Amino acid sequence: MGKGIGTSHSHESAIGHVTGQAIYTDDQRRLAGMLHLWPVQAPHAHARIVRMDVAAAAAVAGVITTVTAADITGVNNIGSIVADEELLPIDRVSYWGQAVAWVVGETEEAARLGALQVEIEYEPLEPLLDLAEAIAQHSFHGGTQTVQRGDPITALAQAETRLRGEVTMGGQDHFYLETHASWVIPAPDGSYQVYAGTQHPTETQAAIAHILDIPRSHVVVTCLRMGGGFGGKETQANLMAAAAAIAAQKTGRPVRVRLNRQQDMTMTGKRHSFLAQYQVGFTHEGMITAVDVDLFADGGWSTDLSPLVVQAAVLRIDNAYYVPDFAVRGRVVKTHKVSNTAFRGFGSPQGVFVMEEIVERVAHTLGLPPDQVRERNFYRGSGETNTTPYGQEVRDNRIQRIWDELKTTANFEVRQGEVAQFNATHPHRKRGLSICPIKFGISFTSQTPNQAGALILIYLDGSIQLNHGGTEMGQGLHTKMLQVAARALGVKLSRFRIMPTSTDKVPNTSATAASSGSDLNGQAVKDACDGIKARLSPVAARMLDLYAPEELVFADDWVYCAGQPDCRVSFDAVVQEAYNRRVSLSATGYYRTPNIYFDKETGQGRPFYYFVYSAAVSEVEVDGFTGTFKLRRVDIVHDVGESLNPLVDRGQIEGAFTQGMGWLTMEELVWAADGRPLVTAPSTYKIPTISEIPEQFNVHLLTRASQDGTIYGSKAVGEPPLLLAFSVRQALRAAAIAFGETDWVPLASPATPEAILHAIESAKSAASVSVKSD
Amino acid sequence: MLETALTLTINGDRLSLDNISPTLTLLEYLRQSGRIGTKEGCADGDCGACTIVVVGEGADGGWQYQAMNSCLIPLGAMAGRQLITVEGVAQGGLHPVQAKMVELGGSQCGYCTPGFIMSMFASYYDGQRDDLAVEGNLCRCTGYLPIRRALQSLQPVDAEDPWQARLAQTDADGLPALDYQGQGQRFYRPTQLSQVLALMADHPEATLVAGATDLGLELTHRRQQYPVLISLEAVEELHGIQPAATEVTIGAAVPLSQIKATLHGVFPALDEMLHWFAARQVRNRATLGGNLGTASPIGDLPPVLLALDATVTLASTAGQRTVAIADFFTGYRQTLRQPDEVIVSITIPKTLAPGATRRLSQSYKVGKRGTDDISIVAATFTLDLDEHNTIVLARLAYGGVAATPVRAIAIETALIGQPWTAETVQAVKSPLHNAFTPLSDLRASAGYRRQLVANLFEKFFYESASLRSTS
Ligand SMILES: Cc1cc2nc3c(=O)[nH]c(=O)nc-3n(C[C@H](O)[C@H](O)[C@H](O)COP(=O)(O)OP(=O)(O)OC[C@H]3O[C@@H](n4cnc5c(N)ncnc54)[C@H](O)[C@@H]3O)c2cc1C
Ligand code: FES
Ligand code: FES
Repeated sequence: MGKGIGTSHSHESAIGHVTGQAIYTDDQRRLAGMLHLWPVQAPHAHARIVRMDVAAAAAVAGVITTVTAADITGVNNIGSIVADEELLPIDRVSYWGQAVAWVVGETEEAARLGALQVEIEYEPLEPLLDLAEAIAQHSFHGGTQTVQRGDPITALAQAETRLRGEVTMGGQDHFYLETHASWVIPAPDGSYQVYAGTQHPTETQAAIAHILDIPRSHVVVTCLRMGGGFGGKETQANLMAAAAAIAAQKTGRPVRVRLNRQQDMTMTGKRHSFLAQYQVGFTHEGMITAVDVDLFADGGWSTDLSPLVVQAAVLRIDNAYYVPDFAVRGRVVKTHKVSNTAFRGFGSPQGVFVMEEIVERVAHTLGLPPDQVRERNFYRGSGETNTTPYGQEVRDNRIQRIWDELKTTANFEVRQGEVAQFNATHPHRKRGLSICPIKFGISFTSQTPNQAGALILIYLDGSIQLNHGGTEMGQGLHTKMLQVAARALGVKLSRFRIMPTSTDKVPNTSATAASSGSDLNGQAVKDACDGIKARLSPVAARMLDLYAPEELVFADDWVYCAGQPDCRVSFDAVVQEAYNRRVSLSATGYYRTPNIYFDKETGQGRPFYYFVYSAAVSEVEVDGFTGTFKLRRVDIVHDVGESLNPLVDRGQIEGAFTQGMGWLTMEELVWAADGRPLVTAPSTYKIPTISEIPEQFNVHLLTRASQDGTIYGSKAVGEPPLLLAFSVRQALRAAAIAFGETDWVPLASPATPEAILHAIESAKSAASVSVKSD
Repeated sequence: MLETALTLTINGDRLSLDNISPTLTLLEYLRQSGRIGTKEGCADGDCGACTIVVVGEGADGGWQYQAMNSCLIPLGAMAGRQLITVEGVAQGGLHPVQAKMVELGGSQCGYCTPGFIMSMFASYYDGQRDDLAVEGNLCRCTGYLPIRRALQSLQPVDAEDPWQARLAQTDADGLPALDYQGQGQRFYRPTQLSQVLALMADHPEATLVAGATDLGLELTHRRQQYPVLISLEAVEELHGIQPAATEVTIGAAVPLSQIKATLHGVFPALDEMLHWFAARQVRNRATLGGNLGTASPIGDLPPVLLALDATVTLASTAGQRTVAIADFFTGYRQTLRQPDEVIVSITIPKTLAPGATRRLSQSYKVGKRGTDDISIVAATFTLDLDEHNTIVLARLAYGGVAATPVRAIAIETALIGQPWTAETVQAVKSPLHNAFTPLSDLRASAGYRRQLVANLFEKFFYESASLRSTS
């Protein structure tokens, strides 16, 4: 029997978490002679550096040195896909808060005091901060990415009804509870041991090697665990790790850096805000016939991962809907803001935001229930109506099945009536109910990172070390990998020790991102276990006097004959015997996702290995005096395939939904006119607390959902449920509309109380004037 | 007895610290001393990752486990206290709150978890098993549902529980007086008002500190240096709540959580505002004196006090004086309080205006987030009505709309003699909208604030039918 798979095993570090014994990067015991970094941050969004004088910093007691661009022995660049990101600026700062230098002190306080003394003379330049203005000025990173099917322009011209619109949505700070931290420990031989909170140890290793001009073999990057990542530690960790590496190289001493919350929020990238312009054509029945969209993402000052973020938006914008003639173009806009980066969903939420806005508007404009319009436009049948604009068939389409199941479990139709009833009798409070489907393609959209490695080491007492390329940031990856390994080797989970992710165990790994951690690493772990089993089987066969080792079963710490369970030897005995017979007890594992490709030039291909399906119903109640609301109830039916661990998967769904709800309703990034971020702490940046979570929050995992070709039939879960929070936004709009007699009101994102009250006021004042087409 | 050493007990270990700065925050001290289970998520009092438990006095005078944010506490304030950190909770086996969190998946990345464990530990013993127990703890991973399940599935405290027994054994001595000096910083904790006044006279540069929920931010964010701090936490005259037939007097240094528990039901408008005031960890430290001492235009309690015609008693070496709260705020972050004065107490009358037969009074607070947020606008309304439903007295007090907490006096005057009807409310809506000229800031636009000034009053009207009136 598969021990562990499908059981709700608690997080492998849960006991460490609740007792305070789980160690994060900056919790490690401080090393003798360790130095500390403090950044000197630019007080301008865009400026020329006229003069920099670090002498006064050196005069501060306890300051050892200051690191500037001049100290970089290698290449001053940490750009992830385009070399346009100076680690330390030479003559120009490009966003408010950019680290211009790092002061190195015997204590953090000395470094901080030193940083106050660094004299920099700036010549302020005009910053470009507004997305629309930057678009008007043609300020872009790279070109346009397009996916197109058919001829939407002609189809729009022929459509029964047309609408045109523009929407913007704000970005989002990751607000992982653990801010960025890195430790770099130099060795006399010119090598470096690095501990970093990074979702991509291989890239952190590469960045340091590049900056220091040493071979990657001389840099080991280890990630113990992270106090949350959400994409915010995919490339962003490199900035701190590389700065600490320069200081370590320069001083020969171990160096630590940990950002405080203000530094973290001002120096590191966030979810991209987007501006979108759309046209939609549709029939009187609400069948969408044509969509044409331009997406603009605020990339900030450097490229970072932005083109891939836009690619994800372009590829996933269709969500669950078939549109015969469809064109979407995406571009990264360059502004003088912090460089925006990966964040759970990676552009997909922003893309789907636009599509959901379009569908909503079509429904409200026609006076049709939005759920009906949604359903009418689902991918369906076979052939063209079940094929995405980039030419991939929506295989194993579960949209309708989930939809029907959710409508039943959430009692949707009855509650629609109750909401209407409530609204008819309450002039000052209105309720809104919305159901929203999600289809989310799984894989890194570029082919290369869809690979993974693992390393398994068995010791003679039967204890086992498990290594794989994925990092643990709370998503339960390590827990799932232990379950996979225990199942694959047929041994107890307690035999395993999961090792911190380290580049000297598994090389050339991909980022733990794109929800793919379990899919990719799980297969690699299984491959490693299968490799070991293949070697142990003949050993066991001999011990059992068998001639056909393929008939052996590994289960419950025993190895036995398939048809004869009492013909068996213990796993421990097999391990010992293997050693005696000089059989290797370690193995690597490797996996690459088969059959995926995408041609960026034509915008066609099969970029996704499979799709995840889900849907949510949310009900809100809005106060007409203030625009504040209460989320009353949430129901979700979600497809995780055959769950590896229902406790972990449910946790991902609930957590992602909440994070999405925060993005869409309260998390607002605000800048001053000069580009200074005004929201730099939880006192001003509000993420949901427990009080915003509804009493009734029902999550059902879709049953009979096993997926072909994945690790034990499971599916990825990290990102898709974040998009379910659109049901909250739409319910809010429905409630706002119910205050008037209009068919449509714009609603800003995030839908703060102010934005909601504004929508209510427009609903009331627009009561008689209906929105015109075109 | 005057202590000159900084002694405190952490997880049962009695420590005597010297040569350590009393303005180091407790969190900094814990982490520097290797107690790294306690985490820093913000150093702002807003995330709860740094939550620890202090054995403190409850509203009933008995000892309680109280959750507090260690990031805002100057180490000196912990002198003579007993603390529990996450490392101390498991004894032998996991504590019930830990076991439930493990079993139900209450931790994902685990970074918030020590803070949740400490909040839940405190609530395990005081019986708070609902969301309020952890409203001051942020979690970015779980969406809180497993944490809620863990809280709700906790059993009542076992009769044999060692922690419960330990509380009962805590000796009843109050906080000792303290005169501590370390790293060139002085920390006084006198026990008598006269001593406070004498110290202030001796040290004109000294700063008063009560719960340090405002002052702590100066320490952590602005790295403000305070060569001399005078803590009000142990001063007898500043403690205690005296409910009398016609009024209630609240000591300036009483923590808000004690006010909340003791005065529950007495002033509905105060109950409501305290409910929305920060979260448990902050309310266990923050005081009314501090809220007035900061004189913030967005403080939440001034509107309540303004709407209830409270008075403030101040003391200096020259004697005591009592001033009306309406006169207290004189300008942006300025008050009548002179530098040599201490806020001793706040008195709230319970009597209705002459001729009135009932009172309607309620508070409202609007923030970007409902819970634990700084107000965009806070408002408290009081209306005294006679038996004909005619308005005899009106108080419309607001925070967040001007340089000081303010009343809409012209509107109040216009309301006198009017019937309490929708028409009356409609008539004042437009003047209310224009009553103040608030600013736009990162929380909201001036326009929204103006809307709220008028709409909240209308909301008060429509909800007043269901409000409990006091008479
Ligand atoms: C996370 C967080 C949330 C918060 N939420 C709210 C909120 O919802 N609403 C709100 O209004 N405030 C809020 N605050 C601010 C703060 O908690 C309150 O202002 C609190 O009442 C301050 O009390 P304290 O005892 O901690 O003051 P302290 O920080 O000790 O002192 C504040 C100031 O008052 C002076 N002072 C204190 N006591 C006296 C006295 N008796 N006589 C003379 N001067 C005195 C001090 O010298 C100091 O200048 C919040 C703060 C934090 C950190
Ligand atoms: S560290 Fe966030 S509340 Fe103390
Ligand atoms: S478990 Fe990660 S922040 Fe709560």
